[in-house]
Amino acid sequence: MLIVVFVTLVLTLALLGSTTDKILTEAVKNDQINIVNQGKLKFQSLDERQHYINSQIQINIKALGLNEPWYSPTRFVNTILKLAVLDLGQSHFFTSDSGSSSVRDIILEKLPRTILLFTSSTLIITIIGLFIGGRLAGRPSSAWDRLNSFLAVSSSSFPSWWVGMLMIFIFAFVYHIFPARSTPLLPPSDPYYIFDLLYCMTLPLITIVLVGFSSWAYIVRYFLAGVLREDFILAKTAMGIPKRKVVYSHGLRNAAPPIITAIALSLAASFAGSIIIEAVFDWPGMGKLYYDAIGVMDVPVIIGITYVFTLIFVVTIFVTDLIYAYLDPRVKVA
Amino acid sequence: MTKEILSARRGTFLRDFVHSRTGVTGVVILLLLILMTVYAVTSVPLQSFQQWNNPAYWINYPKNAAPAWTNLLKIGQKLPEHVILTQEQASITTSFEHGIRTVKHTYSVNFNYDSYPTDFMIPYSAKYGKTPPVIRIDVMRPDGKDFLIYDSSLPPSLSGSGQNYYSDRVFSTDSLIIQNLAVYKNLFEYPQDETMPQVMIFSKTTNPAVLNGVYHWNEKFYLFGNSDSVETSGLILGGTVYGPMGTDELRRDLAVGIFWGAPVALFIGLTVSLASVLIGLIYGIVAGYKGKRTDEGLMRINDLFYSLPTLPILVILSVLIGRSIFLIAGFLIIFGWIGTAKISRSLALQIKNFNYIEAAKLMGQSDFKIIFKHIIPQLLPLTLASIAIAVPSAILAEAALSFLGLGDPSIPTWGQILHQANSAEAAARGLWWWIIPPGLMIALTGLAFALIGNAIESITNIRSR
Repeated sequence: MLIVVFVTLVLTLALLGSTTDKILTEAVKNDQINIVNQGKLKFQSLDERQHYINSQIQINIKALGLNEPWYSPTRFVNTILKLAVLDLGQSHFFTSDSGSSSVRDIILEKLPRTILLFTSSTLIITIIGLFIGGRLAGRPSSAWDRLNSFLAVSSSSFPSWWVGMLMIFIFAFVYHIFPARSTPLLPPSDPYYIFDLLYCMTLPLITIVLVGFSSWAYIVRYFLAGVLREDFILAKTAMGIPKRKVVYSHGLRNAAPPIITAIALSLAASFAGSIIIEAVFDWPGMGKLYYDAIGVMDVPVIIGITYVFTLIFVVTIFVTDLIYAYLDPRVKVA
Repeated sequence: MTKEILSARRGTFLRDFVHSRTGVTGVVILLLLILMTVYAVTSVPLQSFQQWNNPAYWINYPKNAAPAWTNLLKIGQKLPEHVILTQEQASITTSFEHGIRTVKHTYSVNFNYDSYPTDFMIPYSAKYGKTPPVIRIDVMRPDGKDFLIYDSSLPPSLSGSGQNYYSDRVFSTDSLIIQNLAVYKNLFEYPQDETMPQVMIFSKTTNPAVLNGVYHWNEKFYLFGNSDSVETSGLILGGTVYGPMGTDELRRDLAVGIFWGAPVALFIGLTVSLASVLIGLIYGIVAGYKGKRTDEGLMRINDLFYSLPTLPILVILSVLIGRSIFLIAGFLIIFGWIGTAKISRSLALQIKNFNYIEAAKLMGQSDFKIIFKHIIPQLLPLTLASIAIAVPSAILAEAALSFLGLGDPSIPTWGQILHQANSAEAAARGLWWWIIPPGLMIALTGLAFALIGNAIESITNIRSR
């Protein structure tokens, strides 16, 4: 697990390191020239001025450690250590609502909103999926079952962000029910902010659920149908236990481990996939921040978010494995 | 013997495939896409495709025009269609009188709509010597009235006696047109505003309504030199509907983008899925077949790739390395092979214990030969299915990158059209023709391959039962 986080960091660093250095060096040069231009220092000649600027630039570059490449041991270890304690540096372009430009503050501010949107939508999808999937598993290859599998195949080939654009068209342009941009207009300090936020969240939420529920129902049905074919289910039905109870309490419990794994993985993946959905709806979360950061090449933000995404993903995979082993004791032996 | 089994299988496989409804649907959609590709390559001019991101190329087109067929849905308020005519559509007559050559380009437009054009534009270009030619434009209306709207001489030759090439456009807002039209104001029985030439020219004289019928626009060039010539002329009537798919904010004909998107999407989808499935297949089989430490090592690498967040890293790669379509295909392959590798490894683990593999091993065949001659053929149907199933995700991933504004800037893709639509807030402004077709094409392409893949998968599953 740690290795994966480490590799991702090295990869991002390797990809972005030299660019960051170039940007920082340029920034240092500009700063120094500005200081000299505005300062009260008097120079005898142009050469002397240039010499002074150059020496100042060198001093600053050395102070920032920019004279060494990003992969030099000291700088590399420094960066990794900083990241490990979540010191993600300063953003060049963005600030949090409270005005801090530290990447950690910005991400900590945006993260809850992303989690709110994607956890609640995953929760709704799961509930709908369990319900429909349970119904369908009871009568495989019925017309509903075929309809659902067709929906599942077609909705997985739809880009969900395109569905989002259509939803904006329908619910914001044709019928003025929801706002086209999901950034709340009220400031976060406002007591009604949370309601505004929830109101803005409705449209993205509906979209994600709409795109996702049928493939969920399909997955649940697939695992449940396998369990329902087993002998003990037949025995339960023979005992006269109502079919619905058999499906939901006995069938589902045995189908739970793979379903929970799938839920957890899709939740973790949806965070990283949030970039586009949030950009379409203008939802003020991590994905939107990442989208904006790409636009202006704010490297500390990009690295920081990639790091957080990886962390979430890796931790989820790890936790899922633990839960799986807990729910399905056979795995422990193997 | 192996060959015989395989060929027999192939026969039944095709028969089963033809009988599966989903498979046939998929193939039909795919054939439609291929037809689109052929149409794009043969009929849509290559220039329009290369000039996609060059605003100057699209200057004659309307802005945000809806598709022309929307008029069929609206009864009683047909919107004017955007008309672009070039000298190929003009009837040209030349007469010679008193040493002056008159070249007349006549454009006939049948105007049968319920509202006025938004504007009009007359582009022209001419070559002339010392004396500049005179251009005179008049409009013969369906009710027989003839409006002279423009009468001016071209600017004097700058290069002196040499040949001077001059091109310009007369816009409907030109002050000369407004001056000329003021003369005709008393023809109308109601107040008419000459500063709106596009309204005045197309109005009835009795009541404020559109005069329908055939309008003849005569563009006369009076040439004074022997070697003078009219190079091009044209007539553009600004409308609010255009073509089969309408236009976007930058005046581009969306039909061009949609048609050219098909070959690009097919290319991306097929290359990426083919390459990544093959890599995954061989990777997985080697791991499964070799077992022990090789397996352990290869699978750890696989796990590592599996735990990377794909989209953020794809974004970083294309920001830093490049955005050409081939590079994007390469990036997608890097993350595409992981799933296939896992599946084919587990299958190779099973196949490796079959007797015939043991036999081949005992006969002293090399691992290379066993993998390629005995294991891979067994997995062929699965490979076909996974290639088909991997296509939609590759297309979606490319569309997602394009949508983030990281697509290949030199060609139009469906994802990029949607990206521009999103940055122009097309959804909130109700420009549905800019959003629905590209997304639908992405979905249809993905669906075609998903259906084909599912059909192959279910056929092979049935046989294995």
